[in-house]
Amino acid sequence: MSEQQTTGAANTVLGTGGLIFNEPLLWEKGKKGRMGMSVPQSDVPAATLDATLEGTEVDFPDLSEVDVVRHYTRLSQWNFGVDSGMYPLGSCTMKYNPKTNERQAATPAIALAHPMLEEGLSQGTLRLLYELQEFLATITGLDAVSLQPAAGAHGELTGMLIFHAYHEHKGHQRHKILIPDTAHGTNPASAALCGYKAVAVKSGPDGMLDPELVASLMDEDTAGIMLTNPNTLGLFEERVREIAEIVHAKGGLVYGDGANMNAVMGVMDAKKCGVDVLHLNLHKTFSTPHGGGGPGAGPVCVTKELEPFLPVPRAVRKGDSYQLEENLPLSVGRVHAFHGNFGVLVKAYSYILTMGAEGLKRASQLAVLNANYIKEQLKDVLHLPYDRPCMHECVFSDQNQQAEKISTLDMAKRLIDYGYHPPTIYFPLVVHGAMMIEPTESECKEDIDQFIATLRTIVQEAKEQPDLLHEAPQRTKVRRLDEVQAARCPCLVGLPSAEDK
Amino acid sequence: MKEIDELLLPEDLGYTDDHEWAQKTGETFRVGVSDYAQDQLGDIVFVELPEVGDSFAKGDECGTLESVKAVSELYTPLSGEVVAVNEALTDNPELINEDPYGAWILEIKPSAPAEFDTLHKAAAYLEMLKG
Repeated sequence: MSEQQTTGAANTVLGTGGLIFNEPLLWEKGKKGRMGMSVPQSDVPAATLDATLEGTEVDFPDLSEVDVVRHYTRLSQWNFGVDSGMYPLGSCTMKYNPKTNERQAATPAIALAHPMLEEGLSQGTLRLLYELQEFLATITGLDAVSLQPAAGAHGELTGMLIFHAYHEHKGHQRHKILIPDTAHGTNPASAALCGYKAVAVKSGPDGMLDPELVASLMDEDTAGIMLTNPNTLGLFEERVREIAEIVHAKGGLVYGDGANMNAVMGVMDAKKCGVDVLHLNLHKTFSTPHGGGGPGAGPVCVTKELEPFLPVPRAVRKGDSYQLEENLPLSVGRVHAFHGNFGVLVKAYSYILTMGAEGLKRASQLAVLNANYIKEQLKDVLHLPYDRPCMHECVFSDQNQQAEKISTLDMAKRLIDYGYHPPTIYFPLVVHGAMMIEPTESECKEDIDQFIATLRTIVQEAKEQPDLLHEAPQRTKVRRLDEVQAARCPCLVGLPSAEDK
Repeated sequence: MKEIDELLLPEDLGYTDDHEWAQKTGETFRVGVSDYAQDQLGDIVFVELPEVGDSFAKGDECGTLESVKAVSELYTPLSGEVVAVNEALTDNPELINEDPYGAWILEIKPSAPAEFDTLHKAAAYLEMLKG
């Protein structure tokens, strides 16, 4: 039975339609001697080149301008982004990025400002940096902020450097760090880069961290704990204050991974939760475009006590003028060139100003409401390992589909046929066959209802026509890719000769 | 994915909660991951091995298995010193999927051989998997 006969529903909802461009590699296009521009005649005499400087010949394709434009336009049509449809990628906060933020960041006075201009000519730029630091301090409840880190994991690394500098300054370096199994996956790597040995802390049966277990592991050789709150199960660590007190009592520090901040903007005060260092992902929570490797921004927010250790330079206000402060002797040093990823900072600044305090809080409330709505509407058909109110994302598993030998991967691939970017799958690791859905606040109720109806259809298909799922996606440019072969024998060269091998 | 009763669980091995196995080979023990572990991980695409001469305490992280689904740590079931690693896995990580008990990962000279007796027997491990 063909796909078209069996799934009429797929034709009437958003999805991939009939117009899918084929497009070969650039080297398979064009014709010898074709060019995209006219190169003027050389008006200097030809000189011979030393043969040792020549190297091997580079095989550039010969193409016209329209060949190249069509090539990349066609490739872009195969792409899927948050501007194309719902992108419920858990833990990534793929919210819609309002275009006004792009417009502000592209303002010539901002976009063309040279980072080496003297301070007197850079007052607007420095004011923007200073005010963004202040905004982020207010939003998190913490005291001081560095905007330099370029991404979440870079923020974590900066935070761990601050831990290290703090303990060094206290005269007693420590060697271990506690990391729950519901923390973000990059946390252990960030700690290890600073010489700390990661000690795993198992979450309890309710998905929560148990303070007694933390107390049994915390000692005076442990630098602190790296918490992700809300954790990667989308649950709020309700006993975070108790845990922080246990860690502080032994002289340790508490790191908060703020990747899930979209659930708690204007709701949670990190300092009151006992957090000493927190990074924010501006490219998640504060609506700057991300994916495909960046750029992002992972500012680090700290308590007053840790302020001296922040990276330099920092934007400061002296009377009516703004300056870059370099002279902070206890600082961990510079972690990024110039002002960090400035364009990203401008977009986040624009987002915060356009939303306002109430707007940010409302965004978090709606993100949480949307996730809980999806959780409640699907928990009768998809297994919900932790059945309790969630924050901005909910985690299902494929346990109910095991009888039909349908895996989370199959359901995720089938979602593509219906025009959705799949959610995060097989993470967090504490749930077998995890499917982690984060709708964000961007989606309206009609679109969320459509998504829920689609997943319910897929669950029904799993029972009645499991092959539709095993063979998904069927309506895309390429079918199910051989991820195993791609990982074992990656082919990273775009030449036909490499493909022939 | 396999049903629980389709899993191969040889009788002479000791198993851990984290799904590693250990097998006595003379004075040393070979260590690998169980049929359940390889089945859950799916196609393994990369194995990070420890160095020969490294010493670990029971339960320490001693390597990494990467599948298309996830990256998982390997924990040593016994304390001791690594005396050999299975280099064949570097180029052919799929050997673990094909034969999880033939594809040993490392060989340990135990500092406390009696630890082996504290590992799960096949029947007890199967009960644990059934939950």
